[in-house]
Amino acid sequence: MKREVPLFITGAIGLFMILSFFVPHHWVSVPADFLQACAVIVVAFGYVLGGANVLRVNLEGISRRERGWGYKIVLVVSLLGTVAIGIADGLRHNGSFPVEGTPSKWIYDNLYATMSGTMFALLAFFIASAAFRAFRIRTFDAGLLAVAALIVMLGRVPVGDVATSWLPEWLRLGTLQQWIMDVPQNASKRAILIGAALGVMATGLRVILGIERSYLGGED
Amino acid sequence: MWLATWLSNLDRRWLFLVMGVLVLEPLLFPLSLPLRVTPPVHGFAAAIDSVPAGSTVLMSCDYDPASIPELVPMTRTAFRHLLSRRCKIVITCLWSGGPGLVDSVTSEVAREFPDRRYGVDWVNLGYKSGNEAVMVLMGQGIRNVFPRDFRGNAVATLPIMRSVRDYTSFPLLVNISAGYPGTKEWVQQVQARFHLPMVAGVTAVSAPEFYPYLQSHQLRGMLGGMAGAAEYEVARGEKGTASKGMDAQSLGHLFVALCIVVGNVVSFLQRRRS
Repeated sequence: MKREVPLFITGAIGLFMILSFFVPHHWVSVPADFLQACAVIVVAFGYVLGGANVLRVNLEGISRRERGWGYKIVLVVSLLGTVAIGIADGLRHNGSFPVEGTPSKWIYDNLYATMSGTMFALLAFFIASAAFRAFRIRTFDAGLLAVAALIVMLGRVPVGDVATSWLPEWLRLGTLQQWIMDVPQNASKRAILIGAALGVMATGLRVILGIERSYLGGED
Repeated sequence: MWLATWLSNLDRRWLFLVMGVLVLEPLLFPLSLPLRVTPPVHGFAAAIDSVPAGSTVLMSCDYDPASIPELVPMTRTAFRHLLSRRCKIVITCLWSGGPGLVDSVTSEVAREFPDRRYGVDWVNLGYKSGNEAVMVLMGQGIRNVFPRDFRGNAVATLPIMRSVRDYTSFPLLVNISAGYPGTKEWVQQVQARFHLPMVAGVTAVSAPEFYPYLQSHQLRGMLGGMAGAAEYEVARGEKGTASKGMDAQSLGHLFVALCIVVGNVVSFLQRRRS
């Protein structure tokens, strides 16, 4: 029963949601809307579970003095501090936050936004290093990839058009990169999308029909 | 050969330094390289131009501060474009880190239009967790999904929301997205299901994924990365942060291309010698 009941619920609700896509009658659409609203609430609880899990994993690491435990303290203090300040601001401002001038907004603008931007900006430096050390052309396929990458990389920015402005229009980097994006790239991307969609449908059917059971967990 | 040996042993911090200088220099001393507006960007601008003046447009800003350089310029220009066409704008966000940023950006642009007021001409409904489920639920009623806006107001009391029911209330969806949930999910769950015309602004790294939707006209137009944002600014006759950033990006791309070529020449020479 421990496995059969969840399998039955999954199958029944899965089939019902597929039915709701094709049957607009209110006997179907109203329960389907209710189930979707439930999904929104369940996802929101995922944040609570995620936060609790982060705390558990890091507090364990700190208590065992694992490698980098000092960073874990910073993480836990930041997490708890941000949540506490957020709750206090939310209570003070009738549930609306982060409002201008509040500590939450300060944390968001001066810590979260700047650190996120910094992490993303570091990519430019590592890409340059990786391009120099790791992007090696050893086969014909790798050569094609490199040529396409160079054309798109330079054609997407103004310097590509400026450098090839003396060539006929169809040979300029901007035009060539647009052709690569519109034709070969698009064809392969469409194939991947269709393949992935078929895979998703197959997996969905396997879950609904009870063939795929890994989501139930390993133990009986 | 000594040059190849020297390059192969080059400390990567020199590469970091050159990249830093190449990005910084054009930001301080702009090169003003000419920009060409590509068809997907023309499509984006034309789709907004075709929206009847005074209608209410849905704008979903699904990103967080990591994507500021690419996506904030397009948000700014699209929001300004819509306000200049006297459209009303309903903003949603499916990324938890985004609403505060989007609120700052839209408030800053709205100051250029002193006669437009929050709650009357635009509203930020804020964040709602649930990804695709939220998109589908919005098709049954926007107010059920977002009972309060980002600033804590009851949505039912806002004048802009009186004429908004579900997706049928909007002639266009403008989606600015950095990943999941984003453009792909809006196309699959909303454009395909509710037939809502849609345009998208996306990060450069994810742009190739959406070309099939562009070719099938499920997307009427697309802005790809900072280049797309800069082209949109040029198409609108604006000089924003994306246009300024394109010089830096140009030199950055040029340097990465150079690194690929030089790295392979060095590798080839070393292989031949050994």
